[in-house]
Amino acid sequence: MRGISKNFGPVKANEDVNLEVAPGEILGLLGENGAGKTTLMNILFGAYQPDAGQIRVNGSPVTITNSADALAAGIGMVHQHFHLASRLTVLENLLVGMPGRNGRLDRAGTLARLAAIADEHGLKLDPDSPVSGLSVGEQQRLEIVKALFRGARLLILDEPTAVLAPSEVEGLFAALRSMAGQGLGIIFISHKLNEVRALTHRCVVLRHGKVAGRIDAPADTTASEMARLMCGHEIVPPVKGLSRPGEPVLALAGISTAGHAGMKLHDVSLTVRSGEIVGVAGVSGNGQRALADVVSGMVRPSSGEMSIAGRKVTAFTPVEVQALGLGRIPEDRMTTGLVTNLPLADSMVLPRIGTAAFSSKGLLRPGAIRTFAEEQIRAYDIRCPGPFVRAGALSGGNLQKALLARELAFDPRVLIAAQPTRGLDIGAARFVHEKFLDLRSKGCGIVVISEDLEELLVLSDRIAVMYEGRIAGIVDAADATVARLGMLMTGAGQTEVGKAEAREP
Amino acid sequence: MTLRLEARQRTPAWMNLALPLAAVVAALVLCSGLIALAGAGVFEAYGVMFSSAFGDSYAITETLVRAAPMIFTGLAVAVAFRAKFWNIGAEGQLLAGAIASCAVGAIPMPGPLAMLLMALSGAAAGAAVALVPAILRVRLKVDDVVSSLLLNSIIFYALMALIEGSWKDPLSGYPISPPIEDSANFPVLMEGTRLHLGVLVALLAAPVVWFVISRTTLGFRIRVTGENPEAARYGGINVQRVLLSAAILSGGLAGLAGVGEVGGVHFQVMSDISPGYGYSGIVIAMLARLNPLGVVPAAIFLAAVMTGAEAMSRATGVPAFLSDVIQGTALLSMLVALLFTAYRIRRTGGVS
Amino acid sequence: MSAVLDQIFQVGFLAAILRIATPLAFATLGEMFSERAGVLNLGIEGIMLLSAMTGFTAAYFTGSLWLGVLAAAATGALMGALHGLFTVVLGLSQHVCGIGITLFSSGIAYFFYRLIFGQQSVPPSIDGFKPVAIPLLSHIPILGPAVFSQFSLVYLAIVAIPLSAFVLYRTPWGLSVRMVGENPRAADSAGVSVIGTRMTAVILGGALMGLAGAFLTMAQFNAFTFGVVSGRGWVAIALVVFGRWDPWRSAGAALLFAFVDALQLRMQASGLGHIPYEAFLMLPFVLTIVAMALMSRNAVAPSALLKPFRREER
Repeated sequence: MRGISKNFGPVKANEDVNLEVAPGEILGLLGENGAGKTTLMNILFGAYQPDAGQIRVNGSPVTITNSADALAAGIGMVHQHFHLASRLTVLENLLVGMPGRNGRLDRAGTLARLAAIADEHGLKLDPDSPVSGLSVGEQQRLEIVKALFRGARLLILDEPTAVLAPSEVEGLFAALRSMAGQGLGIIFISHKLNEVRALTHRCVVLRHGKVAGRIDAPADTTASEMARLMCGHEIVPPVKGLSRPGEPVLALAGISTAGHAGMKLHDVSLTVRSGEIVGVAGVSGNGQRALADVVSGMVRPSSGEMSIAGRKVTAFTPVEVQALGLGRIPEDRMTTGLVTNLPLADSMVLPRIGTAAFSSKGLLRPGAIRTFAEEQIRAYDIRCPGPFVRAGALSGGNLQKALLARELAFDPRVLIAAQPTRGLDIGAARFVHEKFLDLRSKGCGIVVISEDLEELLVLSDRIAVMYEGRIAGIVDAADATVARLGMLMTGAGQTEVGKAEAREP
Repeated sequence: MTLRLEARQRTPAWMNLALPLAAVVAALVLCSGLIALAGAGVFEAYGVMFSSAFGDSYAITETLVRAAPMIFTGLAVAVAFRAKFWNIGAEGQLLAGAIASCAVGAIPMPGPLAMLLMALSGAAAGAAVALVPAILRVRLKVDDVVSSLLLNSIIFYALMALIEGSWKDPLSGYPISPPIEDSANFPVLMEGTRLHLGVLVALLAAPVVWFVISRTTLGFRIRVTGENPEAARYGGINVQRVLLSAAILSGGLAGLAGVGEVGGVHFQVMSDISPGYGYSGIVIAMLARLNPLGVVPAAIFLAAVMTGAEAMSRATGVPAFLSDVIQGTALLSMLVALLFTAYRIRRTGGVS
Repeated sequence: MSAVLDQIFQVGFLAAILRIATPLAFATLGEMFSERAGVLNLGIEGIMLLSAMTGFTAAYFTGSLWLGVLAAAATGALMGALHGLFTVVLGLSQHVCGIGITLFSSGIAYFFYRLIFGQQSVPPSIDGFKPVAIPLLSHIPILGPAVFSQFSLVYLAIVAIPLSAFVLYRTPWGLSVRMVGENPRAADSAGVSVIGTRMTAVILGGALMGLAGAFLTMAQFNAFTFGVVSGRGWVAIALVVFGRWDPWRSAGAALLFAFVDALQLRMQASGLGHIPYEAFLMLPFVLTIVAMALMSRNAVAPSALLKPFRREER
């Protein structure tokens, strides 16, 4: 790729980027959220058109206007959010877009090729299983097989390890090395520096849409050097002062959910005290959503008790838990947190619209709403034209600030935040972390649910690990290592000691 | 060089008025082709249409009388669509309101009391009908479009059964209900015209509904639920209750459309008491961009087209169905115009 | 009542079921293809009406019934394309566009009918399709005359059902349709044109709806009246849900509805006491709502139904 540039309105997503991959080479593409990595790869795969620049495959220039062109050029991509139809079978997902034989779907030929690929790289799959029945790791395997099926000679993987347990990552790396050994080129996008150092042969670092640096020997480069290239200055982790945990502000005892869609909770007990941050770790899909739903008042547990600041929760509604002093930051800010097509101010007052702060006797108080929105925008430096701009127009970081503002303005005793820095650039993520530590020092209890272990290690006083709907173990910050947590995350670390920790006094 | 759609940050204010106007003009222009096909002069035909609708004060009152039920159905649809409750059943709710108010109005009692009870019963009947698809959706996940549509047919047949059978006016040769008491007839506001009290109520209803939607917590909850039910739930809104409330409001307004027709225009119920006012309400609501205040001019426009089309047909021979085509075209044009509120067209350079 | 029950097993009744089911089957298959690709087409009622009119008019003036059928199918395809233009290419609200298409098509149908035929006391009619008996098969007792001595369009419908199933489940295009209706992003990254596939599905659906309209004016009624469709389009939408978006089940749903409709016609004719005939007319609609009430809770619609696809959405 030479001289690639791409603008989205005033935003320069990519500026004059040059990048090469040789056969058999694993190239790491680094950059923080928003640096332009995904945009660049989407250009390569035909989802976006570059505003300038040229792409060459095997020396000849190609024009890639859609995925069909990319596939024809031998480029395959495994996206961060899988491109699979969960109600169709593995075979059907493979066959989509392939020409048939005599106008019919070619089942026999496909089965044969699938078996061949399974043998070559160890990627086994059951062809007639519906995708909904596959594990996340298997689904990713299917995505890779899809690319190989189309004869990809270059494979792009976008943050592939975000959804895997540490042990599954090894399996992926083995398959990737095997494919590289066969002459495939691989582009590995990640912001997990240690993985990049372990796997890749060379790296390109993007920052603010431009190439900030190239690393020819990633294994010999330290993570902090890479991080410096990624964000242009030293990263100093926020200072976590000593904590003086006080009274319990959130207590869960024996919580189980029966009717929850997805992983159900079994006998979960957890206590959060004022002035402490409890991280909740785990591979996605092990009950974190159910936990967040129960605490947020979205789902009623089938058994167990919950209390906030000493008062028992009875109704399990958002209104109740809020009134008891719980603040909530949802996982999907665009779909659950905010209403994208309404003014920002509406989203900011939404959870408390029925309270005296914003309405009286069924009538809205427009002046109070406007004042609140303006105050919070000022206090949190939310970059937007004004409180009545369409919420969907704001950037991820500013939206997260708005969500924080709307909760923190009401002085919660305890805060639960799910994936608080997902999709945010380092500056915005840093802001969020500092806010949390600030709250902690002021006596708020915080629960942070995150798939990013490094984030949890930075923030937490204690880390609870979820596995299959249970708390597999709770580890103090001092004892928390990636290895230890990784074992708990895969259910391997359940020792007697672990089980004792899981039972809260 | 390609054209691309790019998302807007905010809709410029001038578009709120310009877009419906553009849609209306586009519809008239497109339908002028049909006038030409029918062998008539375009300006002559439209001239007759609009002068018969607005030409003198009597014509204007007639247009307003025609517009009144459509203001109500337009309001009904606007409220429902705001909550993304696809109430296509305004037609049936109107009929239910007509039947209820006609039955109540036939009971002898003092005039003002009769009118009040007619309004209440008509609104209640409409609300009850609207609750059926709403409850089916909320409890059983039944698609509200289909259920509200099918209910229209069911209510129509029920009406026919009534006015051909047990509720037939013995003094009339053909199927029609007994009339309401003379004292229950809505008072006429202007001598020599048919401009009745219901028209005034319709005109007042628009700002009231606007107030409910924009300035009450219920209205806030309706808007949020319609835009993003997941965020509404997370924010503590009882989405089911909001949908049912929207249905009650919507059905009640549509029922009032029927009340007006019975109390102010026909004084009894017949099978063709509504020439599709419920469906016109959809066109009106979209032209008004679901804004209750915009419903009034949109309804007046459609009423003018409908009234004018009959005169135009007599004068030029162009089939009066042109008004139906104009309605449909106006809706489609408005949808295309709405695209410009969310997106703008950008020219982009190609790849070198 | 027993007289009515006797009727059920008579040839005439069974034949009536197939006649009533045919336009429903075409319409339901058409809507099914469209929805499987992710596009709800609420224009079906108007499209059926307009196709019925154009088919009738073409047959009236050319004297050829099959030319009329062709005209009807072409009209349906054209209006399907219009709906697709608004919803697939421009991404507008599928609900409102569909209503708009119905209003527009109905208006156009009535307008041109009046323009062409004027206002006559006796509506013009044509020499419609006559039943065609299939040799040998039509001699089977009871079933023979009922099933195999029908209008050609009925045979066409009977063939269309397994053909639709084959296309949907066993051809690459059918797989593309299903994928586009489940996860358009996945289809796009596999090289399938989402817009192209959706447009084709909506156009094909429209053509099938056109065939439904053709049957109504050229086989069932031999004339165009203003109530010739009277809600069958809306029923078809319910039947798609009831048939779980599957061709065979949808056809079964159409047969079931036709059975109830044929039954209520018989019951009307036999004049069951003082029950007004409208109660019988209502019956199929009421039962459709009841059926939806029972079915919808577990209905699994195509995942991408109602969602427009824009590739560069940020």
